[in-house]
Amino acid sequence: MTQTGNRTRDPADRSSTLFDLRYLIGGLFTLYGVVLAVVGLFDSDAELAKAAGIRINLWVGLGMLVVGLVFLAWARLRPLKHEPADAEADAER
Amino acid sequence: MSSILAAGRLDVNALDYSILALYFAIVVVIGVLARRAIATSEDFFLSGRSLPAWVTGLAFISANLGALEILGMAANGAQYGIPTVHFYWIGAVPAMVFLGLVMMPFYYGSRVHSVPEYLRRRFNAPTHLFNALTFAVASVLTAGINLYALALVLRSLLGWPIPLAVAVGAGFVLAYITLGGLSGAIYTEVLQFFVIVAGLVPVVIVGLVSVGGWSGLQAKVESTVPNGDRLFSAWAGAQAGHWTNPLGDWIGIVMGLGFVLSFGYWTTNFAEVQRALSAKDLSAAQRTPLIGAYPKIFIPALTIIPGLVAIAVVPNLGKDGGPTYNDAIPELMGRFLPNGVLGIALTGLLAAFMAGMAANVSSFNTVFTYDIWRPYIRPGRSDRHYLNVGRTITVVGIVIGIGTAFIAAGYSNIMVYVQLLFSFFNAPLFATFIIAMFWKRTTPWAGLAGLVAGTVGAGVMHLASYHIGYFYPGGNASNHAEINAQMANFYSAIVAFVADAVVTVLVTLVTKPKPIEELRGLVWGVPDPDAPDAAQAKKPRTWWENPKILGFGALALTAVLSIVFL
Repeated sequence: MTQTGNRTRDPADRSSTLFDLRYLIGGLFTLYGVVLAVVGLFDSDAELAKAAGIRINLWVGLGMLVVGLVFLAWARLRPLKHEPADAEADAER
Repeated sequence: MSSILAAGRLDVNALDYSILALYFAIVVVIGVLARRAIATSEDFFLSGRSLPAWVTGLAFISANLGALEILGMAANGAQYGIPTVHFYWIGAVPAMVFLGLVMMPFYYGSRVHSVPEYLRRRFNAPTHLFNALTFAVASVLTAGINLYALALVLRSLLGWPIPLAVAVGAGFVLAYITLGGLSGAIYTEVLQFFVIVAGLVPVVIVGLVSVGGWSGLQAKVESTVPNGDRLFSAWAGAQAGHWTNPLGDWIGIVMGLGFVLSFGYWTTNFAEVQRALSAKDLSAAQRTPLIGAYPKIFIPALTIIPGLVAIAVVPNLGKDGGPTYNDAIPELMGRFLPNGVLGIALTGLLAAFMAGMAANVSSFNTVFTYDIWRPYIRPGRSDRHYLNVGRTITVVGIVIGIGTAFIAAGYSNIMVYVQLLFSFFNAPLFATFIIAMFWKRTTPWAGLAGLVAGTVGAGVMHLASYHIGYFYPGGNASNHAEINAQMANFYSAIVAFVADAVVTVLVTLVTKPKPIEELRGLVWGVPDPDAPDAAQAKKPRTWWENPKILGFGALALTAVLSIVFL
């Protein structure tokens, strides 16, 4: 998820933003969610029958998408503070 | 253990492999980022004590949510049914709350690096060394179980033979622990937690719908298994004297599992406690197991239900010629999941394997380096030396884990083997800790004597239980294969605890206690005036950061659910 790092300009901030785990979780789940939901829309009848008639790819995809977006929003709205040792330590190296 | 998936190999396509590959790419990114943050051995072993509580809390639960836990608890769900909730609601939540509220101030406040180091400061060097060695042995044995669990998954995925799958899995874990150290492991565990849940949810949903919901499941299981209604009541048949509950009588469940094994595992197992020690302050350390307790309450839905569904839909599960109970979840994945969610479920299982094994290996290398190598083999070297030892011993631990994976392969239900290990290694520890923390007179030599007595007691009881009719469903000890192994393990744990406690008290009465000044911050009622966190921990900033509210909330929720499934 390297693109998440581009959101900040200051190079000293960059590594700590990259290492904000919420962006990694949010990015991965958003991507998984979109892919599954799209696949789910086009699932064949055989695949539907296998999953007891449920469009499981679509529903799980939508669920993961929501989780992913919540993490991205959380990371965006409450960024890592720079007083705690963890943000500092990550930024220095 | 030569069963092959009845549904055939999993029908995996390019989409599933891409999902899997993306996940491992992210894991490598985390490892590389974490590595940049490592400068000292404390960074490598304890993440520089810098992580926020939600990260350590989810890592705490994820370290326990290995493939072993998932496959093993699903196996229990298939074999024992609803009584398996005892492993969660009796066997985990109360102990996690106790760790957070009562024990964490001693661990975190005394600034120890590891659980054995606490024993060195509370008792003496021999106690410390004995515990460090037994912990190291237990860790590599458990790592072997996780490795074997992965091999089971890889076999059903790719049709690989177990030995090849074991070797490849070991390579993965090695790469990412040596790359990222504990920070890498902990961050990855948090990510794993969400992927594991996302992978298990579709198995539960499709499984339940296909058998006609909860009532349909109950009807199907009862028509498949003789006395199948036993599988739907947590406590039925648990009376002492003439038990019929699949987990034996209530004495074993409450005292053996709920008190001794559970408290022993959750409060003294360093693979768990280490996650809390890497939190950024005492308050975050206390909240680590409490935040972990909430997901733990609901995880049985993701493991026991698939186990029960498997009993209903997989022919001959757990019987001769059929798949073993351990195969319950892979069987359901093959039957129910279309490509896409199949990839997620597979990623979740492989991730779970990494979580479990990485937790064992990262705590093993910490204990080996800090508690065996530095004090007893090469004292007084540079920090860089110990960091290198830590990295080297990681490789050694994984290689030994490959060997122990084949021991695990000899058990048809791996949870039985796990509980056996715990009754040997964890049960005695809890007796020693609880006495040491609350009775300040407990002497240094009592620590060692108690631990040795407890371990020996568990061993003797384990061997003896095969010759005691009470542990057999029919009361007849002639066929050793029919023994209720879980129940025997619970009783071994009780014996270990009692032996440890009695010997600890007796030896204390005849030996000399430590001067009280040396016990500051280590025992109840003897505070350390220099402890930096004492004042800060008393003032939670908001109500949801209050450990007491979190802890009692978890207990209340567990009590309500226990009544519902009585």
